[in-house]
Amino acid sequence: MDEALKFHFVIDGDNFTSAGEASVEVKKKLRQLGFPPDVIRRVSIAMYEGEINMVIHARGGVADVLVYPDRIVIILEDHGPGIEDIDLAMQEGYSTAPDSVRALGFGAGMGLPNMKRYTEEMHIESTLGVGTTITMVVNVQ
Amino acid sequence: MTVAEMACALNLEEIAAGDTQREVTGGYAGDLLSWVMGRAQAGDAWVTIMSNANIVAVATLADTAAVILAEGVTLEPEVAELARTKGINVYSSAQDTFTLCAKIAALL
Repeated sequence: MDEALKFHFVIDGDNFTSAGEASVEVKKKLRQLGFPPDVIRRVSIAMYEGEINMVIHARGGVADVLVYPDRIVIILEDHGPGIEDIDLAMQEGYSTAPDSVRALGFGAGMGLPNMKRYTEEMHIESTLGVGTTITMVVNVQ
Repeated sequence: MTVAEMACALNLEEIAAGDTQREVTGGYAGDLLSWVMGRAQAGDAWVTIMSNANIVAVATLADTAAVILAEGVTLEPEVAELARTKGINVYSSAQDTFTLCAKIAALL
């Protein structure tokens, strides 16, 4: 029961156009595994936001997805600059993304709030100059 | 209404085609991708002026029925190819977002 199916992805920090490939892959796998559409949607949106954040702020990172029958755990780890003020970063509309990223339709300050909205649990561990690890859990109802 | 029927009724130019027999069940307009991903519903026709490669990922993840590029916006060849590879329906129109949305709403 507690034996998880594991997927590991490397998020390329230099390639803005390939960002999202890991999320799309997870979506495909969860669909093949027969998870409910709402669960798949929430997992893939939360993961995509995390992927984009890692590309914008941290030159990429790694993503691990653990699939259990009753929950899906997403762990995103980067070695970027870290988040200075997590409470501030969690506020809708707050963003430190550069204008070049905003021109692509990102940087609206919705990433972390969306990740929280679509998951049951979300933990952020971040150390300035060292990196950030975000763990999210989506329950399968 | 299917995607193909909508494209015909609105005189849209096809940029990339996947399953054009898919049913359009609603509509959404927006250019902030996080916002769209969080709010657009599966089966929506998504009207936007964004044309970078990330719209393909957002359309895939949000499971929209079609992307309609307003105001004459079109895709770079490599982005169009990516959309085709992923089976995403993308159309272009010279009309503005408001006009397109009003017409889609009337068709639904």
